[in-house]
Amino acid sequence: MSAVLHAEWTKARTLASNGWLLAGVAVATCAVSILVAATTKCSAQSCGDPAKTSLSGVYLGQAAAVVLGVLMVSGEYANGMIHVTLAAMPRRLPVLAAKAIVLSGMMLAAAAIAVIVCELAGLPLLAHDGYGQLPAGAEVRAACGTVGYLMLIGLLSLGIATAVRDPGVAVGIVLALLFLFPVFAHFTDTTWQRHLEQIAPMTAGLAIQDTVDLASQPIGPWAGLGVLAAWSAGAMLLGGAVLRYRDA
Amino acid sequence: MIAALRAEWTKFRTVRSWLFCLLLIPLLTVLLSYFTTANSDCGNGPYPGQPVTLACSQPIGPGGEAVEDQFYFVHQTLTGNGTLTARLTGLSSAALQPWAKAGIIVKQSMTPGSAYAAMLGTGARGVRFQYNYTGDTAGPSSAHWLRLVRSGDTITGYDSADGAHWVRIGSVVLPGLPGTVQAGLFAASPQPSSTGAVQAGHMPTVTGTFTDVTVTGGHAGSWAGTGVGAVGPLRSAGDSYQQAGGTFAVTGQGDIAPAVAPQAAITPIGQTLTGAFAGLIAAIVLGTLFMTSEYRRGLIQLTLAANPSRHRVLAAKALVTGAVTFVAALAGVAIALPLGKHILHKNGNFFGPISMATELRVAIGTAAVFALAAVLALAIGTIARNSATAVMTVIVVVVLPYLLAVASPVLPTTAADWLLRLTPSAGFSIQQTFQQYPQVASAYTPWNGYFPLAPWAGFTILCAWALGALALAAFLLNRRDA
Repeated sequence: MSAVLHAEWTKARTLASNGWLLAGVAVATCAVSILVAATTKCSAQSCGDPAKTSLSGVYLGQAAAVVLGVLMVSGEYANGMIHVTLAAMPRRLPVLAAKAIVLSGMMLAAAAIAVIVCELAGLPLLAHDGYGQLPAGAEVRAACGTVGYLMLIGLLSLGIATAVRDPGVAVGIVLALLFLFPVFAHFTDTTWQRHLEQIAPMTAGLAIQDTVDLASQPIGPWAGLGVLAAWSAGAMLLGGAVLRYRDA
Repeated sequence: MIAALRAEWTKFRTVRSWLFCLLLIPLLTVLLSYFTTANSDCGNGPYPGQPVTLACSQPIGPGGEAVEDQFYFVHQTLTGNGTLTARLTGLSSAALQPWAKAGIIVKQSMTPGSAYAAMLGTGARGVRFQYNYTGDTAGPSSAHWLRLVRSGDTITGYDSADGAHWVRIGSVVLPGLPGTVQAGLFAASPQPSSTGAVQAGHMPTVTGTFTDVTVTGGHAGSWAGTGVGAVGPLRSAGDSYQQAGGTFAVTGQGDIAPAVAPQAAITPIGQTLTGAFAGLIAAIVLGTLFMTSEYRRGLIQLTLAANPSRHRVLAAKALVTGAVTFVAALAGVAIALPLGKHILHKNGNFFGPISMATELRVAIGTAAVFALAAVLALAIGTIARNSATAVMTVIVVVVLPYLLAVASPVLPTTAADWLLRLTPSAGFSIQQTFQQYPQVASAYTPWNGYFPLAPWAGFTILCAWALGALALAAFLLNRRDA
């Protein structure tokens, strides 16, 4: 396993596009978060959620995370590298597991940097606008949870890409799963809206950022991240099964 | 060019997975639109957490638009030509709204939605001459003597600072005005524009105080007070009038104005086409792959060898992509829109009167948005030469801004408005059927169905993006080694 891991790490580290995509995750997350934090004002009725606002760049940053996850495996199918990989390491599931570990490690690093910058730069901006002080526990949960969210999005993408192989189709499917549920939820009645927000990978997963008015949210923070974890696990299982039984 | 077109069309129709992707466009559009329309009810959304069922229908005004027509009316009949004069001494309210109204009105009948003309004072918008719900002319704000003169079908509004020197503010012809109309004093206070600010039974009221009320012409001579229209579940107690000598105090709630969301539960017609977003992602993937798979398989070298004019190849690809996605999307929309209208109507939704031309604009415009998004994807695919990055980029610029601005309350309204002005998502404005009125205060936000740009203006932004990306793609395709 350590040889497989070493091989995947070498591939990931030497591919220039991975560096750009990781930088993309961090820069997009930070830039949008700080921009939103700087322009948001407390309205007459409510202040919104400071943690959610200061981490809102994750809506954009996750798109780069999706491409990174997809290219971990689809890139190999696109240039034929997959044949070499599977010839060198005939046991396929450890290959997928190694890819998942390397991807999660890279994502952890990029997301952690992004979240720390967002919190350090964004929360003071919001405090300036009259947002209340958050309990430290909730703030840490939202920050660490966002890192976990991005890692799980990477795994979801890796699983889907392993199953469908084509990078364009895989990105389309993952972004459809992330972006379409909230659009449909907006236009359905309150019961369905709640259900859709409970099962959607993005809305449920981002519940981890909720720090105010928790009782009125459709799903709790940890349960929400659990829903996303279930999506990612399902995608990885599907990808693993397809990789195991299909010709490369 | 014909040869290039034929070559690209042949490539397109012989790849089975692309045809499958093309088939997904109408399929996803229809199925998911059906899902959302079948599971939506009237009045959904505008008042989160507020257990109020809104009245899901509005009276229709003489101009054919949905209107609000709720006010307290102290009236008597006026037969033939005549003049109504009153001095408005003040408006008072526990929560005075800028567009709270009190004044004099001549109205066709007591039926909500009937024709009228009125001279009125407002909470903070001065003295106005208003007629038939959409007409609004400002007068000098210091003059509080109001007068309406009926002559045949024409009603003219005057005001005066002293009751002696009258200034004509405006006049309107109300065709087919019957011989006997209702004339008198009224008061109406609209719902505050901030969403969810009113609890049931706490609609604000306004009291207008009048003196020197005179009527000339064939009139009944005695006053009666009537609440016109139904304010719905927000209605508070207190509509009334008191007369002491020559002084009238008229208290009312509601509004005489065009109906706007979210105060009135009007459903935007675009809600029949929510499934289009799923179809749109299929169209974006299709547009990208039509170019990037040539690079992946090395087919691009063969294509460019067969047709060395690279601009022509790109143009042919753009035409084929645009045409096939347009046709596929139009097929989906042609089913989803009437089906969705039928289902939403059955669920109690109210669209307001929508003309055939508007409906066609929404349907054909939506299909054109698909085509432009696919062409944009083709261009970005040519620029990036990598389908993962290209698909991501196009979905992020076309779908994500709409999601953030319209369907999720993360962003402040100003940011949401700018997203829908600048990004390709502006193209969805083509689905807009709501109109903003300066004389009605409301939360005109994307969340409530109001786009910052007019339908065709927004559509033009998307066109500009698609053409700009195509120009950059042509430039790079020409300059780069294939």
